[in-house]
Amino acid sequence: MGQDTAAGQGTDAGQDTAAVPGYRRDPGVHPPLDYPGYRSTALRHPQRPLKVLPHLLTEITGPLLGEDRVGPLDHDLTRQHDGEPQGQRITVQGRVLDADGRPVPHTLVEVWQANAGGRYRHKGDNWPCPLDPNFTGVGRTVTDADGRYSFTTVRPGAYPWKNHDNAWRPAHIHFSLFGRAFTQRLVTQMYFPGDPLFFQDPMWNSIPDPQARERLVARYDHARTQPEWALAYTWDIVLRGRESTVFEHELALEDDD
Amino acid sequence: MEPTTPSQTVGPFLHIGLPWPDGPYALREGAPGGVWLRGTVTDGAGAPVPDALIETWQADPGGGFDHPDDPRGAVRHDGFRGFGRCPTDAEGRWGVYTLKPGPLPGPVPGPGPGPQGPPLLQAPHIDVSVFARGMLHRTVTRLYFPDEEEANGQDPVLSSVTDPEERATLVAVAAEDGYRFDIRLQGEGETVFFDI
Repeated sequence: MGQDTAAGQGTDAGQDTAAVPGYRRDPGVHPPLDYPGYRSTALRHPQRPLKVLPHLLTEITGPLLGEDRVGPLDHDLTRQHDGEPQGQRITVQGRVLDADGRPVPHTLVEVWQANAGGRYRHKGDNWPCPLDPNFTGVGRTVTDADGRYSFTTVRPGAYPWKNHDNAWRPAHIHFSLFGRAFTQRLVTQMYFPGDPLFFQDPMWNSIPDPQARERLVARYDHARTQPEWALAYTWDIVLRGRESTVFEHELALEDDD
Repeated sequence: MEPTTPSQTVGPFLHIGLPWPDGPYALREGAPGGVWLRGTVTDGAGAPVPDALIETWQADPGGGFDHPDDPRGAVRHDGFRGFGRCPTDAEGRWGVYTLKPGPLPGPVPGPGPGPQGPPLLQAPHIDVSVFARGMLHRTVTRLYFPDEEEANGQDPVLSSVTDPEERATLVAVAAEDGYRFDIRLQGEGETVFFDI
């Protein structure tokens, strides 16, 4: 597990009897910070063990960012320019949940991605694939009362990088999520089913549990596919759950919404 | 119980997706009483990290959060978002304009073993996330203030870091328009990071 410490290890913080219930830790789910297969981790991972931070007021609260961060076309990456982007039009939708299966409503979801050919609109990306004048590759939306989100975009292409010989990233969409607490913050990537590039991808392989890797793969959803318009992919995202002692208290708060 | 979704790196192109024009302004631009938190992110070779993103989250000067899960009740502080977000520039520099937070209640000494007595007070602090290419998961640290020596000495998190050199990495340095907080991801002077 590299530098990730399991809960309760490597800490002398001790007083975890906080005034507020925390969030359940999820050791073993996330990639280690030190992962030699991804070369850029070499100089960018802490060498000392992490110290366990008790979940106090700053950790159980967080920015509640919503509609004010999102423009009317931010959820549709195919309508942000005068013309339509090249590529296969798709919708990506799903729910943001916590580990108790409860929806995370009214929470900001941010995405960014390469165009259909696998090129990012970024000055640092200059591999020989054309930019698409009609595609920026950036989207935002807010989940509804049931935690649902939806984007319309084009399927991103795979692209080469220099991590290892003949290295290619599987097609993916970057996702950024806030949940309702600093502790729930998550940035991750969504992949597409059956991608032949997984085997050589260190991002994918860095996730220790093969079953956890599969949780990053969207499902092709024929029921949501729109005839003569767009293929649909469904992907649910699960953020950390709250310690159970707050369960009734938190339900009461949600009823106030 | 649903298993959680694993983290992945923000990658090298985070700059197209994550920065906001008003991201660095946890306190509305131009609002009085603000301080700038500024710093540089460096790697294990001491080189600046130009593709990182810093996020901050904190209480207001009264120790309040605009959040319903705070058992003391949500408090809205005019012009204050409490959340700052800033990508690093080519020299690894970031900055967030904000208000200095107030002290906060800390852990309640509970039944059973461990500390007894009145609740411990937390010194003013800011939670800081670091995202970057080359980081498969964010790292989290806490920023404390140099002009809060007495409160810092009693803070349950900061005082759990017993090595003086490690502890010093969590305390910002006074600067002309605020505070300086450099983040060293690895090696000499490595910042103390927390498993949250």
